[in-house]
Amino acid sequence: MTATRPRATLPRKVLTFAGLGLILVYCLAPFYWMAVSAFRRPSDQFELTALPSPFSLDNLTAVFSPGVGFGRSLLNSLVVAGTTTVLTLVIGVSAAYALARLRFRFKNAVAALIIATSMFPGISLLVPLLALFTDIGWINTYQSMIVPSLSFALPLAVWNLTAFFRQMPEELEQAAMIDGCTRGQAFRKVILPLAAPGIFTTAIITFIAAWNEFIIALSMVNDSTMQTATVAISRFTGAYGFDQPFGTQMAAGVIVTVPLVVVVLLFQRRIIAGLTAGGVK
Amino acid sequence: MGVRTTAARATAALGVAVLLASCGSGGDQGGEQPGGALEGRGEVTFATGKDTSGNMQKLVDEWNASHANEQVRIIELPESADAQRQQMVQNAQVKSDAYTILNLDVVWTAEFAANRWVVELPASQFDLDKFLQPAVKTAQYRDKLYAVPVYSDGGLLYYRKDLLDAAGLKPPKTWAELTTACQAVKATQPAIGCYAGQFEKYEGLTVNFDEAVHSAGGDVVDSSGKPVVDSPEAKAGLDALVTGFQQGIIPQKAITYKEEEGRRAFQAGELLFHRQWPYQWNLAGKTDGSSQVAGKFDVAPLPGLNGPGSSTLGGHNFAISAFGKNKATALDFIKFFTSESAQRSNLLATSQAPTLASLYDDAELIKQFPYLPTLKESILSAKPRPQAVRYGDVTQAIQEAAYAALTGEKPSDVALKDLQSKLQELLK
Amino acid sequence: MTTVARRARGATSGAGRLAAALLSPTFIVLGLVVGYPLVAALRESVFREGTDLDESGFVVEGSRFVGLDNYTAIFAGESAARFWNAFGNTTLFTVITVALEVVIGVAMALVMHHAIRWRGVVRAGILVPWAVPTAVSALLWRWIFQADGVANAVIGQQVLWTTEGWQAKFAVILADVWKTAPFVGLLVLAGLQIIPNDVYEAARVDGASPWRQFWRITLPLVKPALLVAVLFRVLDALRMFDLPFVLIGSRKESVETLSMVAFDEASSLRFGPAAAYATILFVYVAVTALVFVRLLGADVIGAARERARK
Repeated sequence: MTATRPRATLPRKVLTFAGLGLILVYCLAPFYWMAVSAFRRPSDQFELTALPSPFSLDNLTAVFSPGVGFGRSLLNSLVVAGTTTVLTLVIGVSAAYALARLRFRFKNAVAALIIATSMFPGISLLVPLLALFTDIGWINTYQSMIVPSLSFALPLAVWNLTAFFRQMPEELEQAAMIDGCTRGQAFRKVILPLAAPGIFTTAIITFIAAWNEFIIALSMVNDSTMQTATVAISRFTGAYGFDQPFGTQMAAGVIVTVPLVVVVLLFQRRIIAGLTAGGVK
Repeated sequence: MGVRTTAARATAALGVAVLLASCGSGGDQGGEQPGGALEGRGEVTFATGKDTSGNMQKLVDEWNASHANEQVRIIELPESADAQRQQMVQNAQVKSDAYTILNLDVVWTAEFAANRWVVELPASQFDLDKFLQPAVKTAQYRDKLYAVPVYSDGGLLYYRKDLLDAAGLKPPKTWAELTTACQAVKATQPAIGCYAGQFEKYEGLTVNFDEAVHSAGGDVVDSSGKPVVDSPEAKAGLDALVTGFQQGIIPQKAITYKEEEGRRAFQAGELLFHRQWPYQWNLAGKTDGSSQVAGKFDVAPLPGLNGPGSSTLGGHNFAISAFGKNKATALDFIKFFTSESAQRSNLLATSQAPTLASLYDDAELIKQFPYLPTLKESILSAKPRPQAVRYGDVTQAIQEAAYAALTGEKPSDVALKDLQSKLQELLK
Repeated sequence: MTTVARRARGATSGAGRLAAALLSPTFIVLGLVVGYPLVAALRESVFREGTDLDESGFVVEGSRFVGLDNYTAIFAGESAARFWNAFGNTTLFTVITVALEVVIGVAMALVMHHAIRWRGVVRAGILVPWAVPTAVSALLWRWIFQADGVANAVIGQQVLWTTEGWQAKFAVILADVWKTAPFVGLLVLAGLQIIPNDVYEAARVDGASPWRQFWRITLPLVKPALLVAVLFRVLDALRMFDLPFVLIGSRKESVETLSMVAFDEASSLRFGPAAAYATILFVYVAVTALVFVRLLGADVIGAARERARK
């Protein structure tokens, strides 16, 4: 039941393909420029030709030059963003379930309070948080990056998941409970699989938001072996004084973006298929 | 409620925070009084911006090899100067001991000293006479030493030697000569832009504005620190830039130029004259096709209204955080890093201007960096930017005024009058 | 099922306890990393740091309680002009970017929803703008929009995008919409995917035109997901910071937002006024969210109740 497409007629097909093409051009044109800049020689960085000529891997090599430790920072980013995503989903799903399915007092207030935490400008929370983490000895730890990342990922995840759970017909769950399932089982076996597209989307959005977080990771960690990829990018430097390493930064941008997209591409069908398999047809 | 400490802040809020804070060690241990003895030996950290060539790491490795119990660890901060300052200020605010040695931009000294974020250093332990004196001044606050100059920087006038030679001209000493040279070259090269500096609204604009004012015989602040920017000389300086834009001597797009945009234009052969730091020398001289002007340019001191102008002083100084541990080790490391051999290796690796006078007269080095004598002249006649505890506000006021005048939003005399009253408020 | 039955089942104290258990992890995390700093920031906003120097040139340490002075100062004299300018920019950016993102995002979602082949590829493709780190994408756009950049090469004119004026606002809006329209698109697509097929079948049997189907069926059903997406976009856009900061620069009147003012004050070491700006922005965001929820019925709870009654 995830597929809800009307019958495809020929003009509709053409229209759809044109639409898809348009979307891709819109999304990828600026990125194309980024990739092109990444593959120019550093000395041709400022050219405007549509293709890099000559083609060069110098910028990519610079990203992975031994002193930078970029591989290590990619790994750190993966740990931070991965843990954040898993925790956000676990914590968020239970909160969203309560908001979507349970009746209790002050529900609206609870929902409002959760979203209110997304309303304060993040940069203004930084210094008190740094003071707190310095006091409790969290500087240079993964949790000093993960826990704050949870804070901005959670409100969206909770609200988003609540909206999806609400859309599920409650009859399904009740039918399962009549069949002898507990409330927890009914939720796991019926609602979760049906809400898979929503959960998967929430996971992607959370992961990317955590993957791209910069200012907290920069402030909480000063040990270069613990730094994340976005922080590493901000530390790239040119060869001299004011020389800005634009090409290297663009190359690093490509490196942190492309694997993310490829992984989503590979996983999306499998994950959704896997989750949906348990659901009602 | 008076003085607040980190601990007070932490206990102010949630119960959970109180609980957690009571487990912490607090960051208050490092708070020795400024001017006190620099004690403690052991591991230290060194917070710095760009290590462009890896030479910083090389020098640190060299130090570490002979100081097994006093290891130095580099903490690299982001590339942008504003972000570096933000990180240092943040750590000072929470009294964190994360950074021991700080690599400070010359304009931050007053702010860091007055806020007691860095400690006073024993001037007698450094041979300050051997340093370039303008650089030493940038490391002092109220005549006391709070940092040691490591890198200096001064502006140079890059010019297209080939084009001036073809027109039979010498590099200009005054703005009038620059304009004449420009017209002469334009006769054969109509497309070329004559002059550019850094005119985008950021620190570079303060540098260029100050240079214009000083080069016309004016001052932004006098020797006692009082603002004097509402003067005919200052107006003459600012007007030189304003009319430059109006008459097309400075190309319109130069209003978006920082260092790199200008360098790109100069290397593409779009500019006859360019006010720039020494770092452009190596890049513009590259023969791998990235520069159209390799071998066709040279440098001269900045021109002025009635004679040679004077540059704004740039550079970096090393200081010791008031909250860091093992300050005695930190002091020794700074001595090591400012020694002649360290500065020589730095110059060779990074082409950053050293602060020891002797290196500028070294024949061996001049062979490799032919601009050194010009640079020395530029730095020795250079003027510092206003030394102010609230430097951020001062530079913003200057940028507002200069940008408004350059974009024609305000006439230059109005802009300067407004700036004068703002500076009076900030520097009183 | 009826609303009455639901109430009867849910109103037990067991549900309350279960709800508390399920919600407490969320509140612990949010309390630690938002609640605590937020209270600290609120407290900061009624203090002012000393800027006076003692006779030996040191800043007199400590800060004093100033009540609401930091707030009233914002609305007085020169800072009032700065505040209202930033307020205007913030509002303008939010209204325009979110409106464009909704239109583009919904269009993206519909196209992807109708595609049978290539949907996975396109869905991964639209992640690209969203996945590029903000700092890098701001740099990319600055590069595109600079005087000799590719934007000017494409339009064949020399526009100085990063100077004061409408062109700077335009550049910021374009870059922001590019980056975040996919966010709306993704969430709406997920909403579309869980609409049961039979709803459409019924509509088609009734002979509804596609346009009518969209307004009468698709949009109302996807509304909860769309509204959550829009609400969070509004919250984010109102706090916009990095993009104008990196792309155009700080202290540029044309693009200065409230977050940028707060940041700028803090970096000038005026922490009290900075916190006051942040608090005012917080109130503005909260009021906007409230109005939004009231006007459009964006509260997920209410929306679902209506559906149940139908």
